[in-house]
Amino acid sequence: MENIIQIRNLKFSYRPSRQPAIREIDLDIRKGEYIAIAGLSGCGKSTFCRCLNGLIPHFYRSGVMKGSVTVDGLDTRELPLYEITQKVGMVFQDPESQLMALTVERDIAFGPENLGLPREEIRARVEEALELVKIAHLRERAPHELSGGEQQRVAIASVLALQPKILVLDEPTANLDPAGAVDVLNIIENLQVQKKITVIIVEHRLELALQSATRLLIMHDGTLVFDDKPEKLIAKDIIPAEAYGVQMPSLIQLFTQLMDEGHSFSQIPFNIPLAASIILSELGSARSTSE
Amino acid sequence: MSITVKNLDYTYPSGVTALNNVSLKINKGEYIAIMGANGAGKTTLIKHFNGLLKPTKGHVLVNDIDTITSSVAEMAKIVGFVFQNPDHQLFLTTVEEEIKFGPTNFDFPEEQIQEDMEKVVTFLNLKNLLKRSPFSLSEGERKRVALASVLVMNPEILILDEPTMGQDAIQKRNIAKMINELNQQGRTITLVTHDVEFVAECQPRVVAMTEGRVIADGMAKDVLTNLEILAKTKLRPPQITALAWEIANQEQSFPKDVITISEMKTNLLEFRR
Repeated sequence: MENIIQIRNLKFSYRPSRQPAIREIDLDIRKGEYIAIAGLSGCGKSTFCRCLNGLIPHFYRSGVMKGSVTVDGLDTRELPLYEITQKVGMVFQDPESQLMALTVERDIAFGPENLGLPREEIRARVEEALELVKIAHLRERAPHELSGGEQQRVAIASVLALQPKILVLDEPTANLDPAGAVDVLNIIENLQVQKKITVIIVEHRLELALQSATRLLIMHDGTLVFDDKPEKLIAKDIIPAEAYGVQMPSLIQLFTQLMDEGHSFSQIPFNIPLAASIILSELGSARSTSE
Repeated sequence: MSITVKNLDYTYPSGVTALNNVSLKINKGEYIAIMGANGAGKTTLIKHFNGLLKPTKGHVLVNDIDTITSSVAEMAKIVGFVFQNPDHQLFLTTVEEEIKFGPTNFDFPEEQIQEDMEKVVTFLNLKNLLKRSPFSLSEGERKRVALASVLVMNPEILILDEPTMGQDAIQKRNIAKMINELNQQGRTITLVTHDVEFVAECQPRVVAMTEGRVIADGMAKDVLTNLEILAKTKLRPPQITALAWEIANQEQSFPKDVITISEMKTNLLEFRR
């Protein structure tokens, strides 16, 4: 399948004198992938996100970037920021930093208005974005009066109104309560399935992210130390994963511990129903073989 | 007795009522997690514990001192408060100045300040950041600096608003370990958190809040496995609990009140027999 993002020999320092935040990254991302990124705080995850949406090098101008980032066939160094933002939508941890209009509707219309799109087109895009993140009922509300989860959905809708092919989310659920986090992640999964949007999400709560992600990247000290299907993480040793700041969901810890104690399972489950059925059928069959 | 909350009401100047007849006792040396949805009043409640907010109605007593009559500075010696957003408490140019600010202001001896600082920076893994500006640090690092600047004061009561938010696995484990140690030293710990997995493993007493009221107060094991309370507080059960429920759906003898990995293993192995 077609690569929507190609990264070659990427290196970046915020200042010539500072330690590089990105030491070396080579990566291909295919259209429609759902990628989770994890790693210790300070490992370069947020810097990497800024490289994807062109904030690096266009906004962080005192930095030094080497190598290339190609998005949808075009080199980000040669593409003006306003064009990159129509390809790559970025959602941050704190939705308040992204919202500024007096009503939800106005906030979502802001991006398309700035592109100088015709009125009808703006209206259509706002409606679509409201529907996609299921906030049509909030259209007249003031963003600052909404709950954190609702605000984050407005932030996502505002980005969607630019019709990006790629959505980059930097810890979008960090400030949300568990119900808000699940809401937001469900919406994101929907977008990937329905709209075939490529999703790249930095997320500490792996127990939530791994229910949708088909590929997991772990960053450490400005490089990628893991790039594979999430299941492969378990096959490797659990201790290095934690040293890289990846907290194994307690479900996975349970299975790993049982395996260490001599039980074997056909697979490691990432969701509860599957885990229950594996336990019921396979721990049960262990009973019949051990007796 | 550490903290007594008596029929506390609080209404913000905007007219929004955030707390509605809250009564609560926190004993010396206890470890309590206050849980609930965004907007349930958790942060408003703990801001009363160091006198940052004064009751609209009712009383809050800290070590028998009524917060209405005491100053925040006075309370700061007893109650250490770590905000959810570290930027609300960081303002100096280096991490070291930031950490020394409190004890210097209270005229602690220089040697003691240095010694206490060494201890907290080692504990919180901040040693090589001492000369950096707090604002050049990552969110997780800034959070640890804010925590260090409070811990260095040796407060008897420690209040933490969402201490694990935005922290990676290693820092989270360090924070859990540190809170446990501080608690074992006899300090009273009250934290606000959404992190059910953290609470499931640490097992503090849990106070659940909804719309400005306390709706449950008990052991982590009882509160986090109660479907009705979870629904009202918009919390999700810990993964292990959700797994126990799913298994119990099919095998009715399986216990539903399981929250930790080790409990689950014991139950599974027993169930297998």
